[in-house]
Amino acid sequence: MESTYLTLLSTVVFLPALGALVLAFFPREKTEAMKYFALGVTALVFLLTLIMALPSAGDWQFDAAVTDMQKVFSVGWIPSFNINYFMGLDGISFPLVLLTTFVTMLSMAASWPIEKHVKAYCILFLILETGVLGVFLALDFFLFYVFWEVMLLPMYFLIGVWGGPRREYAAIKFFLYTLLGGVFMLIAILMLYFSSDLKMLSKDQLVAAHVISPELSEGEQAARFAEIQAHTTPRRTFNILALQQLGQHTDAFNGDVLGKPLQWWAFLLLLIGFVIKVPSVPLHTWLPDAHVEAPTPISMILAGILLKLGGYGIIRICYPICPQAGYELAYFVCALGVVSMVYGAFAALAQKDFKRLVAYSSVSHMGYVVLGIGVWSAVAGNEFNADAWKMGMNGAMFQMVAHGIASPGMFFMVGVIYERVHHRNLDQFGGLFAKMPLYSGLAIGIFFAGLGLPGLCGFIGEVFVTLSVWSFNHTLAIITASVVVLTAAYILWTLQRVYLGPEYKGPHGDHLHPMTTRELAIALPLFVLAIAMGVYPQMVFHYMTPSVNQTVDDLAGWAQRNAANLPQMAAFDPTAPAPVAPALVQAEIQ
Amino acid sequence: MNLYELFNSLAADSARSIAGFQGELALCVTIVLLLLLRIPRLTSRIDSFFVMLIGSSVALYLAGPWRPLEQPSEIFTGLLVYDNFTVYFRTLLMAFAVLFAVFTKISGVPDRDAAPDIYALVLGATLGMCIMASANNMLMIFLGVEMASVPSYALAGLLKGRRQSSEAALKYAVYGAGAAGIMLYGISLISGILGTVHLPTMAVRLAELLQPANLESGLGSDTHMVLALGGMMIMVGLAFKLSAVPFHFWCPDVFEGATAEVNAFLSVASKAAALALLARVAIGFGYIPAPVLVETAPAASVETAALYNVADPPGEAPAAPAARTPAENAEAKAEAAVGFGPLPNREAQIAALAPAREFIWKLVAFVAVITCTFGNLAAYGQTNIKRLLAYSTIAQAGYMMMPVASAMVLAGTNAPAARDAISAVAFYAGAYVFMNLGAFAIVAFLRNMLHSEEIADYAGLLHRAPVTVICFCIVLVSLIGLPPLAGFFGKYQIFASLVDAKLWFVLFIAGLNTAISLYYYLRVVKIMTIDPEPDTRRPASMSFIPGTFIVLITAPIVILGVWPDSLNALARIATGQLF
Repeated sequence: MESTYLTLLSTVVFLPALGALVLAFFPREKTEAMKYFALGVTALVFLLTLIMALPSAGDWQFDAAVTDMQKVFSVGWIPSFNINYFMGLDGISFPLVLLTTFVTMLSMAASWPIEKHVKAYCILFLILETGVLGVFLALDFFLFYVFWEVMLLPMYFLIGVWGGPRREYAAIKFFLYTLLGGVFMLIAILMLYFSSDLKMLSKDQLVAAHVISPELSEGEQAARFAEIQAHTTPRRTFNILALQQLGQHTDAFNGDVLGKPLQWWAFLLLLIGFVIKVPSVPLHTWLPDAHVEAPTPISMILAGILLKLGGYGIIRICYPICPQAGYELAYFVCALGVVSMVYGAFAALAQKDFKRLVAYSSVSHMGYVVLGIGVWSAVAGNEFNADAWKMGMNGAMFQMVAHGIASPGMFFMVGVIYERVHHRNLDQFGGLFAKMPLYSGLAIGIFFAGLGLPGLCGFIGEVFVTLSVWSFNHTLAIITASVVVLTAAYILWTLQRVYLGPEYKGPHGDHLHPMTTRELAIALPLFVLAIAMGVYPQMVFHYMTPSVNQTVDDLAGWAQRNAANLPQMAAFDPTAPAPVAPALVQAEIQ
Repeated sequence: MNLYELFNSLAADSARSIAGFQGELALCVTIVLLLLLRIPRLTSRIDSFFVMLIGSSVALYLAGPWRPLEQPSEIFTGLLVYDNFTVYFRTLLMAFAVLFAVFTKISGVPDRDAAPDIYALVLGATLGMCIMASANNMLMIFLGVEMASVPSYALAGLLKGRRQSSEAALKYAVYGAGAAGIMLYGISLISGILGTVHLPTMAVRLAELLQPANLESGLGSDTHMVLALGGMMIMVGLAFKLSAVPFHFWCPDVFEGATAEVNAFLSVASKAAALALLARVAIGFGYIPAPVLVETAPAASVETAALYNVADPPGEAPAAPAARTPAENAEAKAEAAVGFGPLPNREAQIAALAPAREFIWKLVAFVAVITCTFGNLAAYGQTNIKRLLAYSTIAQAGYMMMPVASAMVLAGTNAPAARDAISAVAFYAGAYVFMNLGAFAIVAFLRNMLHSEEIADYAGLLHRAPVTVICFCIVLVSLIGLPPLAGFFGKYQIFASLVDAKLWFVLFIAGLNTAISLYYYLRVVKIMTIDPEPDTRRPASMSFIPGTFIVLITAPIVILGVWPDSLNALARIATGQLF
């Protein structure tokens, strides 16, 4: 089975890179053919992942009922450092993978107006997709980091070559921020690696972490386990699942470093690395510049996918590996989220540039993600109960996917109009509804989805997060709820300034021709999905909830085991069984 | 001992030693042949390039046994050590000599007239570097450094007509002479106190001197001052070879004045050898290696060693102090009065060397941090690509010194981790061959194409020479240390060693420096790819052979990035016998 998965996931990840290689041999002048080819590759990758989501795909099918990792394979890559080519999927990564392939395909379709150096553009675009997919699928920390950094250079060029007037500044700023975050992350990875020791784990834990392949027979597993135990030196590992087990079940990461536990530093360094990507205030300043300067399709990718990498990293790595630090820094993380939400919303209100406004709205909306993940409320009222946290984490995940649909849509809508009138000055718009009714209708729908109108995709995530915060801290919850008002203010004001009003008086008014079929083909799926996810959120929750709940349960289990050491939870008797929680989240969804 | 016995014992030792010295001998023969080529009527029709190529290839073939050595051994009566570390760096240096020959042939500098001289100088310096990498004796260290340096001074002045070039050569020579003098003084101080120039024996003496009993009683604390002074003076010489701050001033001037070909040689070979030597000296003073196998009859070994070393024979003192004869014990007791009490076993000796290790790691880490930061900051303002790369090599030297500090921290408690730290150096040196040879090869070919070495003149070059520019980007990105390229894995290992040694401050500086260095490397990338091409550029393009050479040099950077274990396994073997 592992070899099937190896082929499947490797194809998903490296098909775009392979396509890039083939593109290199295209004759220079066949630009149209290159675009079609690149679009074909992204469509093929999307189809592959879509098939996995279907119920009758046999070996390929992603089984939503399984909470653990599936489609896992592991082969040695750099044995001298115990680095493996180790990938897998679960309910946290799969929706994001699907989102990635989908948005990438749409962005490629949105790349038709690119005329400059088409070959290089397509090649870099496809390499970028490989990097992103690799990050979502990698289960080896080193591999994760490699893919994480592989994205940087294509992104630098995509902004720096094809961007707007201040593109070089924006590109280098993006690169510097992310690289610095990457270096912090590398340091944290190494800290964790050098304090890890597989010998501390039991056989079941090693099997769960796929250090010992579950496909082996009982006897072979025992033999492998004995082999690991027989070593006299620590067996270090980059296996993310094993690191999670070590973080939750042992004190491997509690060694003292400069007066704090090692995991406190690791958590902080990783968080900085991820939060730069999310981005959270005060590390967000690269984002407005990058968005404003990047060409439309790259903005779509940036907002739709790259920002999700940060949230994904926090869910997958920060909390499960360093629960103690996550608990201690819960208020810090939540504060980051709330400050980003408020600051991003106010900043968006102040913008004159249409694209900058959308960029700041991303900062604000991604704040919900950080907040939802950070809500450490394994204790609800008088019970040991992680339901509120599950709601927050599910809300955060849903918000990521929803934002991944709405925000590329918003950027695309800005791009459509920018292509016609060549400016983005909010004060010079108005009256577009009269000239481009179809476009304006779609745009208003997508912007409402971003606003979080009930019935559209943005609503679910925001409401889940807001509700979950209530049991953690009332003040934060109230602030969170009131941000919705700010969001409504800037979105409605923008819609009013751009689409409503008597007539368009800005420059290039005669260029306002209706949407082309290609543009419609990009906007419509986003629009439809925004509605579908709002009306029937189960289509996303179905895939993600089991794994997300499992992650939270694991962390709650850790909290219960360590309740005596945790100030907030010291009142609880760690030996008492956890009260069986009513399936609040499930009820909420169904 | 009569003359006959002396001759016999020497002959036996030399016959054994020469087996491990064949590569260097091949170099010597090639040098002589190259010099003979200068006799005009005899050989004017032979292109010295072929002599160089064949000579260095033969030397490369003879350099390694092409399989791991089972045991390290001392050769030439303990002057050199023949172990996997020697073999690794020697192979690296000679492989570089072969690549260098091909590179100079393609780039056309030096011309046919000057070639025999230049090749002879290059091989001479390579010979010195091989000795640096295998030195086991303070005299050989000094000899190696000088043999590597003196030809380099002449190479820096390769462009005879250019003022700048002559100035660079003069600066280099004066600096070099000063540094060598200081280093020699340091060597004499330390050797004088420890009573020997044989490195392993010095370590044993040092351990005896630094043993806890002595330290507690304050015995010989003035001696420690002198030892520390000597250590710092030796570091001056090494820092000069590494172009470490504050002994780097020659480097930018020399790199700007000399040709890119010579720069490639100085930045790769010279640096690799200096790193190997730094590791040798650091380990030599901070650690007692496992007993060295002496193959010849013990009597001969003892006598020959006694002839050339002031101190005990190599095989005995570190290996088996318990097996001393009563007479020697009496001698040792006499020495104890002045602080040289013998220590019971190797573990105790290693433990006693802790103060020496602390001194070394602090010194090396300090120099590394300063070097790295300064090199990166100074590279910002450069407009000349060779000057920029000069500062880049300074910064890279800083990175490469860091694992030596980690190794010294770890050596006392965790020898395998210390070994891994040194193998990080070995790996980085191997990857560095391709990165810097690639960079300077591209600079040289672009010079031939554009007649300029100003970064600004590279604007928009992507449209003129896409393959070259892509390769240059790969090289520069690898120098930044981004995956999946060889430079990343090198840097990763350096960071790993620092984490393992818990040198948080050094780690923080190294991380910060990676971010700093991004800007200036990327500026070159940006100018070549994003900036528009000037209208005034004359039509020119990269021809096929240089282009192929560039691609072939760049390919290993990618391959080693994706499969680092190929080189890393060798690096681990190379360092396996050090600890």
